[in-house]
Amino acid sequence: MALTKEQMAKRIARELKDGYYVNLGIGIPTLVANYIPQGINVVLQSENGILGMGPFPYEGEEDADLINAGKQTVTLLGGSSIFDSATSFAMIRSQKVQLTVLGAMEVADNGDIANWKIPGKMVKGMGGAMDLVASAENIIVCMLHTNKAGESKLLKQCSLPLTGVRCVKKIVSDLGVFDVTPEGFKLLERAPGVTVEEIKAKTEGRLVVEGEIPEMVV
Amino acid sequence: MNKVVANAEAALEGLHDGMTLMVGGFGLCGIPENSIAALVRSGAKGLTCISNNAGVDDFGLGLLLQTKQIRKMISSYVGENEEFERQMLSGELEVELIPQGTLAERCRAGGAGIPAFFTPAGYGTEVAIGKETREFEGKHYVMEQWLRSDFSIVKAWKGDPFGNLVYKHTARNFNPMMAMAGKITVAEVEELVPAGALDPDEIHTPGIFVTRIFQGTNYEKRIEQRTVRKRG
Repeated sequence: MALTKEQMAKRIARELKDGYYVNLGIGIPTLVANYIPQGINVVLQSENGILGMGPFPYEGEEDADLINAGKQTVTLLGGSSIFDSATSFAMIRSQKVQLTVLGAMEVADNGDIANWKIPGKMVKGMGGAMDLVASAENIIVCMLHTNKAGESKLLKQCSLPLTGVRCVKKIVSDLGVFDVTPEGFKLLERAPGVTVEEIKAKTEGRLVVEGEIPEMVV
Repeated sequence: MNKVVANAEAALEGLHDGMTLMVGGFGLCGIPENSIAALVRSGAKGLTCISNNAGVDDFGLGLLLQTKQIRKMISSYVGENEEFERQMLSGELEVELIPQGTLAERCRAGGAGIPAFFTPAGYGTEVAIGKETREFEGKHYVMEQWLRSDFSIVKAWKGDPFGNLVYKHTARNFNPMMAMAGKITVAEVEELVPAGALDPDEIHTPGIFVTRIFQGTNYEKRIEQRTVRKRG
């Protein structure tokens, strides 16, 4: 069975290290905050200007002046700070933010990523994604392995306009976990019940399978 | 020193067709609501607007799109506005989409007297087309130029007659850099306090960057995504 959104978020949360400053993108990446393991303390950065972002407010306590980069109402944790957008991207470009988790429409086996534009169809803009992927030391991409037509989104080469080049380090898809290596997508774990053959069939880019591939614990 | 004017109309005196504006805010958070309403009433056309987003269909800069007063938008993300997408895809509206950090830094550079800088954002993508690139210590960077405006229009929480400004929470966003980069900078504030009432150590935008200031009224402060959690 392919992973659910929650299971993908939970799996990514296991990549968090104590003391990390982390930027979580819009969508499934945001859910990662719900599964931070016991004993791991991370500081969430929101690129509109928060370090130390807390959970959603209790009903009635929403503040229009306090939102995250997805324009959702949020709260501040003790020890948090607020800053302007230039300062926010200063800490991103200077790699003080240690991990970025974001979604993608396509990833290539050299680490290229496309997630901001479908020419002639969808042009919403890149927001902070280009700055984040150009600078982050660790980028985990969280994505569905195939599109609605069943075609692979893990490709030899991206067909959509790029967000960044050779930057993705790790992918958690609904079918497995992959490192992006010079040889291509290296399969590390399979989703429960998903076979290596299925992953091979659904991965267009170069896939590296070495030895027994463990099934993910979810 | 007294930069106080009566209202948004007075603050926008001298604004005319074809000008370049910077408008503060992130989504609908920290947008100059009173000034945007006055821009609509002014009927000024052919405007170039530099703002991270383009509002929603019926609020924020979306109001100026409805009246077709904007000729060109320079933004990083415009996904919340259907009228925007329609005007862009039909070619009525010229749009330059740039990475959010690049947008912030270009505004800051404009306000800091720095004509250009190098950033890694967008290297190898269509954002870098036609721009100078250079390698520093083994990494590739794109040269980006400053942005400056005829009018920068910002929103703050508190301000004083000197133009000193304090923002509230994430309503700060692009406002401080845009305030720095205007030939004329208009600040609208929720609370106009007497000179000396603000703690000098806590001022976010020093008054030197602000040309005119007024106290706004009837702030709607619309929330785009109201997300809450259950008690207990």
